[in-house]
Amino acid sequence: MDFIRATTWVDALAAKAAQPGAVPIQGGTDVMVEINFDVRRPPALLDLTPVAELAEWSERDGVLRIGAGVTYARLIAELGDRLPGLAQASRTVGSSQIRNRGTVGGNLGAASPAGDAHPPLLAGDAVIEAESAARGVRMIPAAEFYLGVKRNALAPDELIRAVHVRPAAGPQYFAKVGTRNAMVIAVCSVAVALHPGERRVGTGVGSAAPTPLRAAEAEEYLAAELDWDSGLPAPVAARFGELVSAAASPIDDVRGTAAYRRHALAVLARRTLTWAWNDYRKAAERCA
Amino acid sequence: MRLNVTVNGRAEAVDDVWEGESLLYVLRERLGLPGSKNACEQGECGSCTVYLDGVPVCACLVAAGQAEGRAVRTVEGLAEGDRLDPVQEAFVEAGAVQCGFCTPGLLVQAHDLIERNPRPSDAEIREALAGNLCRCTGYEKILDAVRLAAARKAGAA
Repeated sequence: MDFIRATTWVDALAAKAAQPGAVPIQGGTDVMVEINFDVRRPPALLDLTPVAELAEWSERDGVLRIGAGVTYARLIAELGDRLPGLAQASRTVGSSQIRNRGTVGGNLGAASPAGDAHPPLLAGDAVIEAESAARGVRMIPAAEFYLGVKRNALAPDELIRAVHVRPAAGPQYFAKVGTRNAMVIAVCSVAVALHPGERRVGTGVGSAAPTPLRAAEAEEYLAAELDWDSGLPAPVAARFGELVSAAASPIDDVRGTAAYRRHALAVLARRTLTWAWNDYRKAAERCA
Repeated sequence: MRLNVTVNGRAEAVDDVWEGESLLYVLRERLGLPGSKNACEQGECGSCTVYLDGVPVCACLVAAGQAEGRAVRTVEGLAEGDRLDPVQEAFVEAGAVQCGFCTPGLLVQAHDLIERNPRPSDAEIREALAGNLCRCTGYEKILDAVRLAAARKAGAA
């Protein structure tokens, strides 16, 4: 095995082009588990932690660009106000020690259907900035990024540079089912993001299909049914829950059954929408 | 490969490090620092918690090469000579140690908590220690120890 220390982004892209089998490593919270347990012996590890620009984030023209090396701990502390949904999801990742190391970039690279960052990225219309030495930058919407279980849209010579996402325009919520608060891989999870300007609600579903996914029909239903100037009728919230659940294709596994996941998704979707809607109405009434 | 890393204030050059091995392995097997414990090897138990550039991490999930040029502080680096850190003293006094296997990780994690947050609430203590598993104590005496250490540090400051 080789160990490649990239100290600049240009070096990292060159190394990945020269050795496409090299596995990028940031926090190591997925990669090292596989190596420790002898599940994976990549030809090389490409250490991206020395690449300083990956650990930076910026805001320009109303869009946040979050470097692939920004840890969950920093995301919570520095961007929790602008990205409440992603921050809520980040707080549920592993433990304090894991959040000190793990990154959204790593979550995207691993592309586990259970990754906690994915649902809020989907609900918030995030776009992934990928780059290769040969072809330069490519912008991939989150909804097109997840291709299968632990498979993403990256080409072998590409690396994840950053995630682009707009600061929340309305309330956002994330909810996850697990056996306890810490150290839990999601049994299933749901994120909602209200986009009041567009009279639209974004969704993201985790750990309930081969990939994280948006519940497109549920979003269309709300776009048609919601009256943004009044309360949320209980039947609308319930129907939304059913449609989110119907969008999933869960399996039975060690963490839960498909039937339980379907039920839990409907509950989580109804709840998160209700929380978000109540926040939205409260804010609207204060302004009125 | 060779790894250059500062551990508990001492510059170390470690040879013949395998590219896929963890910082935990380097500490325990190559540097003779067995304080950090090797249990789950997947970041679940927290017994290998060390400071990496001042931030608590699971040493089992840090690739050795990622520690190149960085500073590591292990449980062996908490005491000053024979004088235990107040967090260590509090663990002894409160009876927060039974088999002792989880203790080094808990000490580093609790040490960090009190450094960042000198007067943690019970909820904050629980949240900070949520990634450190103990199968003996039932955690009550560990919480007592952290409260005691925090109170002492706050009193001394």
